[in-house]
Amino acid sequence: MFTFIAKRLVQSILVMLTVALIAFSLFRYVGDPINNMVGQDTSLEERVELKERLGLNDSFLVQFARFAGNAARGNFGFSYQHRRPVSDLIAERLPATLELSIVSAFLAMAIGIPMGVYTAIRRNSWLAHSFMTLSLVGISLPTFLIGILLILVFGVMLRWLPTFGRGDVVQLGWWSTGLLTASGLKSLIMPSITLALFQMTLIMRLVRSEMLEVLRTDFVKFARARGLAERYVNFVVALKNTMVPVITITGLQLGSIIAFAIITESVFQWPGMGLLFIQAVGNVDIPIMAAYLVLIAFFFVVINLIVDMLYVVVDPRLRVDSAGGH
Amino acid sequence: MIGKTLKALLVGTTILAGASAAQAETFRWAFQGDAQTLDPHGLFETFTLGFQGNIYEGLVKRNDKMEMVGALAESWENIEPTVWRFKLRPGVKFHNGNDFTAEDVVFSVNRLKTEGSDMKVVATLIKEAKVVDDLTVDIITPTPNPILPNQFEIFYIMDKQWAEENNTTEATNVKGGDEGNHANLNANGTGPFIVKSRQTGVKTELTRNPDYWDKDMRSNVTEAIFTPISQDATRVAALLSGNVDLAYPVPVQDWGRLDSAEGVRPLAGPEARTIFLGFDQLRDELTASNVKGKNPFKDVRVRKAFFQAINIDAIKEKVMRGASTPTGLMVAPQINGYTEAMNERLPYDVEAAKKLMAEAGYADGFEVTMDCPNDRYVNDEKICQAAAAMLARINVKVDLLAQTKSKYFGKVLAQNGYDTSFFLLGWTPSTFDSHNVISSLIACRGGEDNVGSFNLGGYCNPKINELTLKIQSETDQAKRQAMIDEVFQIHKDEVGHIPLHQQPLSWGVSDKVEVVQRPDNQFDLRYAVVKK
Repeated sequence: MFTFIAKRLVQSILVMLTVALIAFSLFRYVGDPINNMVGQDTSLEERVELKERLGLNDSFLVQFARFAGNAARGNFGFSYQHRRPVSDLIAERLPATLELSIVSAFLAMAIGIPMGVYTAIRRNSWLAHSFMTLSLVGISLPTFLIGILLILVFGVMLRWLPTFGRGDVVQLGWWSTGLLTASGLKSLIMPSITLALFQMTLIMRLVRSEMLEVLRTDFVKFARARGLAERYVNFVVALKNTMVPVITITGLQLGSIIAFAIITESVFQWPGMGLLFIQAVGNVDIPIMAAYLVLIAFFFVVINLIVDMLYVVVDPRLRVDSAGGH
Repeated sequence: MIGKTLKALLVGTTILAGASAAQAETFRWAFQGDAQTLDPHGLFETFTLGFQGNIYEGLVKRNDKMEMVGALAESWENIEPTVWRFKLRPGVKFHNGNDFTAEDVVFSVNRLKTEGSDMKVVATLIKEAKVVDDLTVDIITPTPNPILPNQFEIFYIMDKQWAEENNTTEATNVKGGDEGNHANLNANGTGPFIVKSRQTGVKTELTRNPDYWDKDMRSNVTEAIFTPISQDATRVAALLSGNVDLAYPVPVQDWGRLDSAEGVRPLAGPEARTIFLGFDQLRDELTASNVKGKNPFKDVRVRKAFFQAINIDAIKEKVMRGASTPTGLMVAPQINGYTEAMNERLPYDVEAAKKLMAEAGYADGFEVTMDCPNDRYVNDEKICQAAAAMLARINVKVDLLAQTKSKYFGKVLAQNGYDTSFFLLGWTPSTFDSHNVISSLIACRGGEDNVGSFNLGGYCNPKINELTLKIQSETDQAKRQAMIDEVFQIHKDEVGHIPLHQQPLSWGVSDKVEVVQRPDNQFDLRYAVVKK
């Protein structure tokens, strides 16, 4: 097990390097950062000197090598816009993104799985049909539209919820949390629903189709024949057997939730990493863009690793296999 | 017993809370970006400097009518052609309690000149600053400078002692190398507001400076919270939902919504920013056109034809929703040196334009690529699209290249060798004086006098460069105005650029507050009033 994890972590470094390499080969197309860093009256000489000092005249391979070398020493450089170390900025914004993503993922699962089970068991009830119709809306509407609609209804018309930001936060060491204040929780509602909606419908549809498969299998019929309670058959025997694909998808989706929080964060001005990134793109803040992309790549690798490990927990057959050695 | 104490405590806190609620006037506002630094010498950019202006102050400032008035200086006088004497305001204290003296002014002048400073254009106006006594400073200029005070509004004064204690005697350097410069995230000014907390790009909280020297300040705001909100829709929603009291800019398209919504209103006014078109008149062959071996824009008839083909009223009505101010000059009425009589445009006349094109030998027109930003000015891309459609009527086929500002400026500015044949640009002179426009946009570029750096098309008339130098140092206002007029007349006759309009300022304001909208799009908390 240990070698397995170690191997995967080594692989993650390769993934991150590849992502950084691709990123740096693209940065030349995002525009010139200099004009965003100086005022309109700054002389040409100073602009040219600044570009040279930032190493922007070097080829992308040289820039990439410099970035990789510094990053290996834990130095992600200095943001052009904020004039602060990128690592500080990311540490400041990471809690906001993680809280939003985890709450969204939790919402998606807590609502999506029971809905999926329900629509599988009571396939023909009107409620199941309306769930299925609703899920189409969740899949087809783009995230920003859902966000804007929620803002319009609950923020502007009803005025129940704040339309932007994170509310008051409490500092727990370096971690800032909005989960402990009323305004923080209120601010979390709309962004987390916006972010969760797509995942929720995805999980629901996945669970439904897997359940329908499993319910047809012989061992479920046997379980029923043994006289086990219907609830036990549905939620323990059948549901457990649908979990492998659900965990795979949900796990990978958690990565996407973190990565695609960008849209939700910019609609709600949620002060997380995604917002930091999107602002960095607008201002051609290369150090932030590079660090963010590498970090997201790392998240994906780690989440994949956790997913692989969860299989073993859920599916006993995999445990037997690994005990046998290969 | 315990219960009683608790009750008393509770009553006590309620009374306290009640009392502070009666006095606390919170003002919340949102802009599309954040101030990039709190360092007053770190970035010469309108919003950043305007935001800092609530915390720091210069020797002079502009009031709500844009008149120059004393801030940290009570009076000033040009005692010799190259010496300006500033009498400082007595009894002013910095936020940390230190006294404001002439030493701080000299220190700030020197800090302007340090490597990281982006205010070097102000620094070059000053040869030396000398302490005369505690409350008198002499500013010695390299050449006579009649408008020095106008150029000093955004030169903010920092506390020498504070800077030395916090190791921030040099301006925050955007090039890196001084990570954690104290003044980047912290501030200690003399202004009406004190920074209470700041998270860059997220939120900045200000509290009122109880010891502010100007007891007549109009504002009753005790606490001000600033949030940058980058998405237009989110910013407008924040205003509509009452989460902020002022949001800007608001898309011109949303004015109707603000008008019909309760409790908010759009606040529009003419901005001092002039939007114009320009052409490459320097190269012998255009880089982005099908005309080979020659440059059609070198012919004044072609430039004039372009001008006359633009239907500015249609742009105003259709693109700008009636809110722009068409202009014939490269400066707005608010700018020193503007002359109303010269603001006439060449008439819109497609037939005349076609005739001019035929005379120049381009009756069948030609193709040219137009560079245009799509997120820098109000409806910039739409203006370019409209212009392209209008030019099609004189057979010019415009290939529009509209891109985000980083890419646009990266292409057309000096760093990239002015790679453009035809472009749209906007300009607000930072000094609010015509000289800045002439020396940045109109004077020949590439000379040793270092002017014309934003003259992207390379329009050139050496006479203008001569006049630029004279305007800079002429102290007689009438003579100076005559020279400015002369420059604008030459530029107009030669159609160096096509001025289009002054774009509108577009703010959204809650009915609960009163604010003053400055024509340079700055917001000054000194004039913000929360209604009771």
